[in-house]
Amino acid sequence: MADIINQFLRSSCEWLRGKGPESDIVLSSRIRLARNLAGYVFSERMKVADQARAIAEVKRAIEESVLFKKSYFFNYRDFQEVDRQFFLERHLISKEHASERGEKALVVSENEVVSIMVLEEDHLRSQVFQSGLNLVEAWRLMNKIDTELEDNLSYAFHPRLGYLTACPTNVGTGLRASCMLHLAALVMTKQVNKIVQALMKLNVTARGFLGEGTEASGNLFQFSNQQTLGQREEEIVDGLERVVRQVIDHEKEARNYLLEKKQMQLEDQVMRAVGTLKSARLMNTQESLGLLSLLRLGIDLGFVKGLDQTGLNALFLHIHPAHLQKLMSSSLNSGERDQKRAELLRDRLKDINVS
Amino acid sequence: MVCNVCGKNEATIHLTEILNNQMIEIHLCENCSVQKGSDFKSHFNVNQLLANLGEFGGGMKAAQAVRLICKGCSMTYEEFAKSGRLGCPDCYVSFEKQLLPLLKRIQRQPQHTGKIPKKTSDKIKKAFTIRELHEKLQKNIQAEAYEEAAQIRDQIRQVEEKIKKEKESSKELPKKSKS
Repeated sequence: MADIINQFLRSSCEWLRGKGPESDIVLSSRIRLARNLAGYVFSERMKVADQARAIAEVKRAIEESVLFKKSYFFNYRDFQEVDRQFFLERHLISKEHASERGEKALVVSENEVVSIMVLEEDHLRSQVFQSGLNLVEAWRLMNKIDTELEDNLSYAFHPRLGYLTACPTNVGTGLRASCMLHLAALVMTKQVNKIVQALMKLNVTARGFLGEGTEASGNLFQFSNQQTLGQREEEIVDGLERVVRQVIDHEKEARNYLLEKKQMQLEDQVMRAVGTLKSARLMNTQESLGLLSLLRLGIDLGFVKGLDQTGLNALFLHIHPAHLQKLMSSSLNSGERDQKRAELLRDRLKDINVS
Repeated sequence: MVCNVCGKNEATIHLTEILNNQMIEIHLCENCSVQKGSDFKSHFNVNQLLANLGEFGGGMKAAQAVRLICKGCSMTYEEFAKSGRLGCPDCYVSFEKQLLPLLKRIQRQPQHTGKIPKKTSDKIKKAFTIRELHEKLQKNIQAEAYEEAAQIRDQIRQVEEKIKKEKESSKELPKKSKS
């Protein structure tokens, strides 16, 4: 168990690979499918015996699968609190799946492109990540996986309402497509709220960094389709991709505006952030995410040399509480973490020249 | 029945609540249920319940709504209204009438058009195909692409023919199995 987590710790997750189309603004694309096994009540009302039976059923299907040859199957019983936090920070599980009790399981492919939360709000919440703007590929892979799993699993399906889910907001396709965007310039120019409002009219939801009910930290926003019923999967994916492309254009425009009209102010803000990161002795997660966002913008716009996207993305993950503790291989309280986090930041940013 | 609160108006809202193993029945007129709503919050949230009832549209009485229970998992509709989560796949059938207006409001249309499981029966698969073809037909007619529309119409006929034939042959099946 510890070995596997160390292996993950040393590798980058798919959504932070920093490659793929439009990767300077779109960190990642994600497709999530909600599925429930036929013949069971939904997760929340399940008795322990049924939970175990459902998990065993999914485990068998994964073992039979060709696509999941290189993957891990975790039972939550074997997890400690910090392990769940670790997987949450890697976006492989949701806040809800990490927090609630009861029998649960997690399937993760070796390269972290695919993960399945077993017994979340729905029995199966499968997701596929692609770095950059690549929803089409993510859906292609998700569809393949879903079809293969079906050989060994029977899903709850209604001829008129489609795949049945615990919440009527997911019924039908069970599909949620989402993209995570870094909108630093739109935030700086105070336009981001206008955009979020406009998108709501197009049935696109904007969420914070860690999904539902979380704040947008580090200028990261997740955009996803609101409706799951009444449209084909390809239409949903295509619709969101079109919307995201427009948001990208707005962010690019805002970046150009800042470069042309406010270059000194922009450079000042970025370099102040770098200065703080390079010199602070105590640093909490929230503050570092905000400063790293400015650093990211500085790297994208060529102001900052001495750290590339890959290095920044690794750092971005490592400053989170569970990752920090795994890196230091010790459990730290929040005061100790702030100190270690500041040390880590100073070390990783040592090649950036501020003069 | 007269309202428990004002004692004047006819009570139209009937609520039942189990509290410490005792069933309490409260009968309210519409006025009092709104005005006094907050007084009853200690055992249930009248306002929320009414807000949820407002979605029914089918003219269902409150008392009936409270008693609606899913056959599959014995979840009540009231529980769903509070949590927003259903108990089991059967809830979609048990609460169909209540869910439909909700789905119409929150979803694009209350009709699935996407992927269907491989294991789905042929009959349902064909029904999906026909519905998809009808949609295509409409789009083509709107775009005044009449040649394509005619082709799609022929396709629909072909699938309908197949269904008809299968129905006939399935009628013969039981006889065969007897022999």
